[in-house]
Amino acid sequence: MGFLICLKHIYPGYFLSVVVIRVLSFQSSVFAFRAKFRCLAHGIIWLSASISVISSYPISFEMKYTFWNFVPKNLFEQFRRIANFYFLIIFLVQLIIDTPTSPVTSGLPLLFVITVTAIKQGYEDWLRHKADNAINHCPVHFIQHGKLVRKQSQKLRVGDIVMVKENETFPCDLIFLSSSRGDGTCFVTTTGLDGESSQKTYYAVQDTKAFHNEQEIDALHATIECEQPQPDLYKPLGSENLLLRGATLKNTEKIFGVAIYTGMETKMALNYQSKSQKRSAVEKSMNVFLVVYLGILVSKAVINTVLKYAWQSDPFRDEPWYNQKTEPEKKRNLFLQAFTDFLAFMVLFNYIIPVSMYVTVEMQKFLGSYFLAWDEEMFDEGTGEGPLVNTSDLNEELGQIEYVFTDKTGTLTENNMEFVECCIEGHVYIPHVICNVSSLMSLTHGPQNREELFFRALCLCHTVQVKDDDSVDGLEKDEVPRKPCVYISSSPDEVALVEGIQRLGYTFLRLKENYMEILNRENNIEKFELLEVFSFDSVRRRMSVIVRSPTGDIFLFCKGADSSIFPRVKEGKIDQVRSRVQRNAVEGLRTLCVAYKKLSAEEYSDVQELLQGAKLALQERDKKLAEVYEQIETDFILLGATAVEDRLQEKAADTIEALQKAGIKVWVLTGDKMETAAATCYACKLFRRNTQILELTTKKIEEQSLHDVLFDLNKTVIRQNGSLTRDTFSGLSADTQDYGLIIDGAALSLIMKPRYDGSSGNYREIFLNICRNCTAVLCCRMAPLQKAQIVKLIKLSKERPITLAIGDGANDVSMILEAHVGIGVIGKEGRQAARNSDYAIPKFKHLKKMLLVHGHFYYIRISELVQYFFYKNVCFIFPQFLYQFFCGFSQQTLYDTAYLTLYNISFTSLPILLYSLMEQHVSPETLKREPSLDVAKNALLRWHAFVYWTFLGVFDAVVFFFGAYFLLNNTVVTSNGQIFGNWTFGTVVFTVLVFTVTFKLAIDTHYWTWINHFVIWGSLVFYIVFSLLWGGITWPFLNYQRMYYVFMQMLSSGPAWLGIILLITVSLLPDVLKKVLCRELWPTATERIQVNNLFHCEVRHFLYYKCLIT
Amino acid sequence: FLVGLGQGWGCVRGLLIDYTGTEPSSPCNKCLNVSWDSTPPCTCTINFTLEHAFESNVFMYYGLSNFYQNHRRYVKSRDDSQLNGDNSSLLNPSKECEPYRTNEDKPIAPCGAIANSMFNDTLELYRIDNDTRTPITLIKKGIAWWTDKNVKFRNPTGDGNNLTALFQGTTKPVNWPKPVYMLDSEPDNNGFINEDFIVWMRTAALPTFRKLYRLIERKNNFQPTLQAGKYSLDIAYNYPVHSFDGRKRMILSTISWMGGKNPFLGIAYITVGSICFFLGVVLLFIHHKYGNRNTSADIPN
Repeated sequence: MGFLICLKHIYPGYFLSVVVIRVLSFQSSVFAFRAKFRCLAHGIIWLSASISVISSYPISFEMKYTFWNFVPKNLFEQFRRIANFYFLIIFLVQLIIDTPTSPVTSGLPLLFVITVTAIKQGYEDWLRHKADNAINHCPVHFIQHGKLVRKQSQKLRVGDIVMVKENETFPCDLIFLSSSRGDGTCFVTTTGLDGESSQKTYYAVQDTKAFHNEQEIDALHATIECEQPQPDLYKPLGSENLLLRGATLKNTEKIFGVAIYTGMETKMALNYQSKSQKRSAVEKSMNVFLVVYLGILVSKAVINTVLKYAWQSDPFRDEPWYNQKTEPEKKRNLFLQAFTDFLAFMVLFNYIIPVSMYVTVEMQKFLGSYFLAWDEEMFDEGTGEGPLVNTSDLNEELGQIEYVFTDKTGTLTENNMEFVECCIEGHVYIPHVICNVSSLMSLTHGPQNREELFFRALCLCHTVQVKDDDSVDGLEKDEVPRKPCVYISSSPDEVALVEGIQRLGYTFLRLKENYMEILNRENNIEKFELLEVFSFDSVRRRMSVIVRSPTGDIFLFCKGADSSIFPRVKEGKIDQVRSRVQRNAVEGLRTLCVAYKKLSAEEYSDVQELLQGAKLALQERDKKLAEVYEQIETDFILLGATAVEDRLQEKAADTIEALQKAGIKVWVLTGDKMETAAATCYACKLFRRNTQILELTTKKIEEQSLHDVLFDLNKTVIRQNGSLTRDTFSGLSADTQDYGLIIDGAALSLIMKPRYDGSSGNYREIFLNICRNCTAVLCCRMAPLQKAQIVKLIKLSKERPITLAIGDGANDVSMILEAHVGIGVIGKEGRQAARNSDYAIPKFKHLKKMLLVHGHFYYIRISELVQYFFYKNVCFIFPQFLYQFFCGFSQQTLYDTAYLTLYNISFTSLPILLYSLMEQHVSPETLKREPSLDVAKNALLRWHAFVYWTFLGVFDAVVFFFGAYFLLNNTVVTSNGQIFGNWTFGTVVFTVLVFTVTFKLAIDTHYWTWINHFVIWGSLVFYIVFSLLWGGITWPFLNYQRMYYVFMQMLSSGPAWLGIILLITVSLLPDVLKKVLCRELWPTATERIQVNNLFHCEVRHFLYYKCLIT
Repeated sequence: FLVGLGQGWGCVRGLLIDYTGTEPSSPCNKCLNVSWDSTPPCTCTINFTLEHAFESNVFMYYGLSNFYQNHRRYVKSRDDSQLNGDNSSLLNPSKECEPYRTNEDKPIAPCGAIANSMFNDTLELYRIDNDTRTPITLIKKGIAWWTDKNVKFRNPTGDGNNLTALFQGTTKPVNWPKPVYMLDSEPDNNGFINEDFIVWMRTAALPTFRKLYRLIERKNNFQPTLQAGKYSLDIAYNYPVHSFDGRKRMILSTISWMGGKNPFLGIAYITVGSICFFLGVVLLFIHHKYGNRNTSADIPN
């Protein structure tokens, strides 16, 4: 099973009364606690060496910095980013060698970026510090030398004995030693861990449950073997001795426990870490573009360096008499000189890769995510919760989704179970119809005995707890027997059943001291002694209780899925019940069968013996228990079946329809059985009446071989889809046949099973091909891991589609983590899914707006942001490149330093940021009505779009430069005959540049608000005001006054004005032309909608005016 | 508007004389290989005829080509605080001025390559009327930006107005025949605020450039500034351009409210205007033909 790790280090200092030894094991060895809990001889104190020392550190979640190391460490972290490092290098080059631009031009933006990021990270870390401190400093009661000591929780060490009082949260993972309750139990809620509000019962270790006070506990000497820390929350939850950190003690005065995992090793902490970084497709293409631009940059620098030396080969050019080099320059090695020149060119052109783009993208994502969180339409009144954004990195990915994988229960459906009917021996009882008992009686013809047994079975066979706010006056309740009790359970089905039975006349009152109290129809309290509970598990798919009735009979009641009950039934009206169950399942109801058997006293003692043997088993206790259960749960007498309805969430069908219309394929992955799941799929319009259902289920595979089934299906699909492939998006069109695929877990695992022979081809590929051609796929009987497997399969298929997984329960977490975007529904089954998701929404219906509106907008915005950023920097830098041809490749800058520095920071930064936050190219209503497809497959960041923007940038740059060239070359543009110099030339280019680039954005903006106007025109005004100021005075801190009055002089020249206006017009012309032409000749769906809206608008106006006139 | 533009430049007159002297027939050919320190200066005379009278004020420019005033090493080779009259910079010029910062351990004023290579040809204009040469008055003030002359460029300050004393401790730029305080006889056009110097110090954007040299003002309303007829241009040829394949020109030009002759703007406006008009017509046509189809196709949606 494992081995002891290193026992050689004697722990100094502390006196430890309990020794914890970690066992490396790959099975759940937690169950071994009880057996391995042996007393050691006094004085031998062992501690597992390395691990315990690590685990004794205080809790910290990704805590990166301390006050002292913040600056160096944060800088180091930041410069590990390739972009920042690049800018740092540029900055250093500027500092070291003689470059055309001052270090300020790149230093200032870099400083800005670094500072903003540092502040953001520092703030986040400070918040973490605060949270950690709150946890680390919260007092914990220790037992030391037989006394109770209060200490901070960060001092907690593995092996310490801790006392926890009622309503306190466990500070670490504990082994439950003893409780103030006499029976050695305690009640715990795991709301803080997984959101389940029900109380769970934990049991103290048998050997220690007698130790009740500090002194006794302190005398304890023992060894615990336990496994390496694991993040799995649910596996060890089966262990009834292990109290997890984050859970809260309830209804128990105090307990003692020994710490086994502390700090970062607790299950809770391990679960926080396990999230991996997801990157969006946009980010990936952005990085590719960056590489392309880096290539352009380097080639520009190389070209210029080569040309420079070719041009300079004539000495009169290299060093004319009027422009001599300094002595050190003359002496410098040619190659060194050439390399320096190369670097200088790099510096000159480095703005083509914008520093500020990263900041803007970060800010856009961060601020943009608030638009999602603030959306009132996505606010759920019922729960009072809106959407949660756990990461803003994936905003734009929401608009790119091609596959949606959704859970059924709790996601598509309400998970609000309602008892619909029960069927006892073929007679149907419907609680809604029967309001009083008498009418029920008249309806029933079945044997009274069976009926009463059935109701009692449902009352007894469950793990529901009664929420007892006032457990003291439990007996007083008898006077008001019909007072509805509040039931709590981890399974909503059970609550629905117990509540349903209540309406049929039998009320479960409470579980008190192992007696279950039932209020029957005659308002009498019946007390059943609870002997054993065989709790539910998903393998057996049933649960049982053994009770002793007031009359002394021992009954075993069992409740479970039809498939697991029917084979164990030996008598009862099986056929009637079965037909009813199947009918209900087809209607989408969740069905359970109930059966019982009577045990004689001898039989019961046998059972007890078997159970005891299994429970005390040292190894494979789970397995042994399961075997025992299997043995006991046989020879049932069938009582009947229940049906519980899980209603569809409101607008679930509408949402799915809209998603499909948008070309998104929706897959339902559920653990439910096929009939129920299929019914839900029909109800939510995933399958339509004309959808041809293809089945790939275990049943079918049993008939034919998997191979044949797959090939048959494939053939069916292919036959139709020779023509359909191009048309997969418009799956709604009536003339093509829709296919829906149903596959179950077993069949899936057969398909996924790696094949070693490889003879008959790859099943996965065929399966994928079938799936690709189906509009809807339903996967039922899925284990959590299989859900993730499916997502992974699709994610890694050759089209690399963008996937989204949505679910509400802990069983969906794996698929949520696996998909590109994981969405949690803030549901009833706890917050596990919501916490592990990238986004959490209150209801499934919100997915529609999230994907079709927000996702779409996010995508449009960020793609424009990225493209525009590259565009404006091409416009900015390309004239510099052209200028080199006219200044002897001397790296002379065209623009003044201030312009170089501020171009990206202030003149052109805000309009695009605002655009990327606010833009709505069509109204949200239109998007919801007609989900547009223009953005699928990263369409706006494809190469052709990128090339278009780049060429537009180059064209504009050429216009700017040569426009200014022809305007100012050898001509006089002032009315007093005076001449402009090189700085005026640059200023003309720069003015045209700023105006063009801003106007270009204004042309692209469809959604104008006052703030857009303010920012766009404000930027231009700011540019003018800044230029006036910058040239208006001689700045004392500058050692040059090159810009003095340059801007004013330019403004005083008529031709300069005319030229600037002309150049702006010419630069914008091609883009406007392209837009108009494309709109007229080849309009995209978006544009058609825009035109349509305009058209409708005009019609409305027209009608309105007509009304006014008449 | 376009017509207005055309008219704006319509009455602009211009004349360009290349006096580099590369052609053997040119009168200035003898001066082609002149160097800085040739004394006395090489002089040459070029005669020319004005076909039309220049009615309004005439602006006289010199033009250089293939002269990289926009070379980075050249552009930065100046000290603006020295030129602004800062006394400490006067004696300790900026490092940017290297290798024209000091000469024989004395700081150069004005320092730097730009100042050092200041244009120093002298151009004089005569009207030839029946073999009599009448000199034409060339005004040398008002050729630099007002702000440059009055704010950006200032002579060093100190006791008294004696420039020679104020520039004490500095030396002249290597290529200059005389120090900066002897550039002109008039005190308000001498030293750093000499307008020829200021004009030169505004570096040109492109390797072919022109700079304002002199103004010829119209005297009265009855006579054009320059009548049609014969003229001669006397050149004191000091500035060597042959070594870098440069050209020297003298340009006479009148100026309208829109500045000098600028064919580019007019042509560009006319071209862009016609393109827009043409596109407008085409798009209107396209819209009529295809526009309806699109909207109608969409209405069922």
